Amino acid sequence: MCTYLTEKIELDGAGKGGSGWFTVSEGAVYVDHPFHACHEHTVNIDFTNPAEGPSARVAVELTEESALALIEAIQKALAAAPPGLASGRPRAAAP
Amino acid sequence: MNDAIWAGTVTITGHEQAELEAYLARPLGDRSRGGVVVIHHMPGYDEATKEIVLKFAAHGYAAICPNLYSREGAGVAPDDQAAAARAKGGIPDGQLVGDVAEAAAYLNSLDHANGRIGVIGYCSGGRQAFLAATSLRIDAAVDCYGAFVVNDPPAEFPMKVKSLLGRAPDLSCPLLGLFGEEDSFPGPEEVATLAAELEKLGKEHEFHSYPGAGHGFFSVDRPAYRPAAAVDGWQKVFAFFGRNLSA
Repeated sequence: MCTYLTEKIELDGAGKGGSGWFTVSEGAVYVDHPFHACHEHTVNIDFTNPAEGPSARVAVELTEESALALIEAIQKALAAAPPGLASGRPRAAAP
Repeated sequence: MNDAIWAGTVTITGHEQAELEAYLARPLGDRSRGGVVVIHHMPGYDEATKEIVLKFAAHGYAAICPNLYSREGAGVAPDDQAAAARAKGGIPDGQLVGDVAEAAAYLNSLDHANGRIGVIGYCSGGRQAFLAATSLRIDAAVDCYGAFVVNDPPAEFPMKVKSLLGRAPDLSCPLLGLFGEEDSFPGPEEVATLAAELEKLGKEHEFHSYPGAGHGFFSVDRPAYRPAAAVDGWQKVFAFFGRNLSA
C-alpha cells in the first residue's frame, strides 16, 4: 500500500548529498514503498533543504527493525554524552 | 515484419505551457497506430516506467510518459523530484489533466497517428487515468490499482486529492481496471463500489482482481511484483487497447 502519511520535522544540521555537503533544515519520515531497498515497505527518511532545491536531499530507507534500532542508538549516544553537548541552542556564558 | 522502434527523451508542453520532460517510444514502421499516454506511479518517472513505454511501442503503439514532476526542476534526479512532489502533497488534479491532454495531443501530432488515445496509469497514476478519462475525450483507459477513486484519502493524509466517484457519469471511454485482492488502497470493497457505480451508469468496464497480488504487482523491480498477475494483466491490457485503439 502507499500510505502517503508523512511526518515532517524541522532540523538543524548538515548532510552529504549527491553534490556534497549542505545545511539540513527539514526532515520527512514516512512508511511506504522504498525507491531502492528490496522490501515492499520501509521507513523512509529524507533529510532536506527545500531552499536549496530538491537535489539537497539525503534519503535513507530502513526496515522497521533498523529504524527502531537507530532510534535506540541515537538515544544511547546522547545519554552517554554530557547533556546539551550537541545542542543547537546558544550556551549560557561561562561564569 | 518491421518491429523496430525509436525511443528517447523529448520535451513537450504541459498544462499552462510548462515544459515537461517525457519519454517517447514509437514504431519506425509506417502503419497507422494508436497512442498511449503512460502515467507513472507515485515514486516517479523511473526506469521501470520507461520500460513500460518501450513495451507499448514494441506492441505497435506510440507511447509517451510525461514526467509529472518535471516542475520540481530540470536536471534534478527523478527520485528527488518525487520526494519534493510528495512533500507538497502530490500534484493537483487540474495540472494532471492538462499534462495528459498535452501528451495526448503530442502523440496525435506524430506521423501515422490514427487519432485514438489510450491512457494507462499505475498506483496514484491509476486514479489519474480515471481522472483523465472523466475529464478528456479519450478512447480507452486502464486503471492499475489506483487508490482514492472511490474513497477520500484519510484525513491525516497530506494528499490534497478527493474521491472521483462523482465524476463517473463523465467517463468518456471503456475502462479496464486491474487490481490486487490483497491491496488495501484500493481495497476490494472500493473496487466493488466502483464496479457497481459503472454498472448502474451503463459505463463499459472490465475489472480483474488478482489473488495473491497486492499494490504494485506490475512493478518488475520491486518485491511487490507478482509474475502471474502481471503476465495476465498485460494480456488484458493489450487485448483491451487492441479493441479500442484500432482505427
